[in-house]
Amino acid sequence: MSERPNEAGLRRDALLERLALFGLGSPALLLVLVAMVLPVGWLFWLSFLGDDGTFSLEHYQRMLAEPSYRRTFATTFQVSFLTTAICILLGYPLAYVLAQLPQRIANLCMIGVLLPFWTSLLVRTYAWLVLLQRQGLINQWGIELGLWSEPLTLVHNLNGTLIGMVHIMLPFLILPVYASMRAIDRDFIKAAANLGAGPVAAFWKVFLPLSLPGLFGGALIVFILCLGFYVTPAVLGGGRVIMVSNRIATDIELFFNWGAASALGVVLLALTLLLLWGASRIVRLDRVLGAGH
Amino acid sequence: MGWLSRPATETQITHGRRLWLYAVAVLVMAFLVLPTLIVVPMSFSGSQYLEFPPREWSLRWYRTYLASPEWMQATWTSLKAGVLTMLVATPLGTLAAYGLFTARVGLGRLVFALLVTPIIVPVILVGIGVFYAYVQLKLVNTLAGIVLAHAMLAVPIVLMIVTAALKSHDMSQEMVARSLGASRLRAFLLVTLPQIRFSVATSAVLAFLTSFDEVIVALFVSGGPNSTLTRSMFNALRDQIDPTIAAISTIMILVSSLLLAVAQTVGQPRRPAVK
Repeated sequence: MSERPNEAGLRRDALLERLALFGLGSPALLLVLVAMVLPVGWLFWLSFLGDDGTFSLEHYQRMLAEPSYRRTFATTFQVSFLTTAICILLGYPLAYVLAQLPQRIANLCMIGVLLPFWTSLLVRTYAWLVLLQRQGLINQWGIELGLWSEPLTLVHNLNGTLIGMVHIMLPFLILPVYASMRAIDRDFIKAAANLGAGPVAAFWKVFLPLSLPGLFGGALIVFILCLGFYVTPAVLGGGRVIMVSNRIATDIELFFNWGAASALGVVLLALTLLLLWGASRIVRLDRVLGAGH
Repeated sequence: MGWLSRPATETQITHGRRLWLYAVAVLVMAFLVLPTLIVVPMSFSGSQYLEFPPREWSLRWYRTYLASPEWMQATWTSLKAGVLTMLVATPLGTLAAYGLFTARVGLGRLVFALLVTPIIVPVILVGIGVFYAYVQLKLVNTLAGIVLAHAMLAVPIVLMIVTAALKSHDMSQEMVARSLGASRLRAFLLVTLPQIRFSVATSAVLAFLTSFDEVIVALFVSGGPNSTLTRSMFNALRDQIDPTIAAISTIMILVSSLLLAVAQTVGQPRRPAVK
C-alpha cells in the first residue's frame, strides 16, 4: 500500500544523487569555460568588428582579397599535405613490419615510436636545427660519403620544416595504422594465398584495403594537426615558411591587429572542426588524440 | 642463410625477397629515435660548435646553464608552473571523470566533449585568446595566469586517462561498500580511488609535462621574471644555435623519461592472474 510514495522518493533520491555527481564536473567545466571558451568566443566576436567598432566582414573580405593571405593558406595546405604524404610513405611500411612481429617485440619497438611523444617539442626542434645546419652532422656525413659535394641548405626553409614536422607527426600516423593492421584477420591473407594470389596481389587486393580505415583516419589526424603548427615552421622554417599560426602570431606581436588575427583564427578553427568531424566518422578519435600533442 | 629463404607471411614470400622492407623499417625507426638522442652526447662537447662525436668532453655547457641567473629563473618558473598545474588539473580532471562517468546523464556526453576541446582547438588560438583576456585581467606575466591556462590544457588529458581507468574498473565494488554502510565519498576514497590510483598518478605526471613542455601559450602570457624555460629556449633558438640549449635539452629529456618511467613502473595495475 505504502509502496508507491516510497518508490517515488527513491527515484527522486536517485535523480538528486545523479545530479550531484554530474555537478562534480563543474569545476573543470568552469576552468575550460573561463580559460578557453570565453577567450576564443571573444576572438570570434573581434573578428566581426570593423576598425570603427561596428559589425563588419572586412577582415574576412581582406583575407579573400589580399594575395599575402592566399599565400599563407597555400603554404599551410602545401606543408600539411606534404607532411601527411611523407608520413604515409614512411609510416605505413614501419607499421606493416611492426604488425607482423611477435607481440612482445612489437611492444618493445613501440617504445621507440612513442619516444618522440615523450620528449619536448622544443628539444626535438633544437635537435633538428643542430643536425641540419650547414656544418651539421647530416651535411658532414653526406659530403664524407660522397652523396653530395656542397653543403645543402636543409634548414631555415621548407626542407627543414618538413623534416621536423614529419618527425613530430609520424607517431600519430603509425599508431592508428598499426592498430588497424593488428586487427586484420590473417586468415584472409591465407585464403588469398590459397586461391592463388602472389604476395603482391594479396597485399594490394586484400591487406591494403583492410588497413585503409586506419590509414585514412591517421592521415586525416596528421593533416588536421599540421594545419595548426607554429613552433616548427617558426624555428626550422627560419621565417620563410609562414603558416596560418605564424601569421596570426605576427599579426598580434608586430601589428596588434586583433581583428585580422582573430578572423584567421576563426577560419583555422572552422577548418579544423570540419575535418575533425569528417575524421570522427572514420576512426575513434579518443584513441588517436589521447596519445600526446 | 636458412632464414632468408624461409616464408615470412601466409603468402609464402621469403624474408630474403623482402629485405628491402626491413631496411625501410629500420631506417624509419632510426629517424624517429636517433635525432633526439644525439643531443645528449653533443651537450658534453667542450667546443663552441656542437660536434658529434665531441672531440673533447666537458661539462662546460652545464656550468654555463647553472651559472646563468636568467636560465635558473626560467627553470624555476617552469617547475613551479608545472607542479601547480598538476595540483590543479589532476583533482579537477579526476572529479569530472568520476562525476560524468557515474552520473550517466544525457548531458554528460556534451560536457565531456566540451572538456576535451582544449586538445582540439589550435593552440595559437588559445594563446592569443588567453593573452587578450589576461590583458584586461592584468594577468599577463604572472604565475597564476600561466597555471590557469596550462591547467585548462591539462584537464582533458587527466579526464581521458581517468575515464579510461573507470571504464575498466568494476563499479559494483563501490555499490558493495555503500550497501555495507559507507557513504559515497568514503566508498570512492577507500574502494575506487586506490584501484585507479595508478592512472591518476600517470595523468598527474602528464599534467606536469603538459605545462613543462608547453611553448605557445607561454610565449604569449609569460614573460619578465616569470618567463618559462620553453619561452626562453624558443627565443634563444630564433637567434643562434646556443650549445647551452643542448645541455638544457638533455636535462629535459632526463626529467620526462624519469617521470614517465616512474609512472610506468608504479603504474602497472596489479591484475589478478586469471585467464
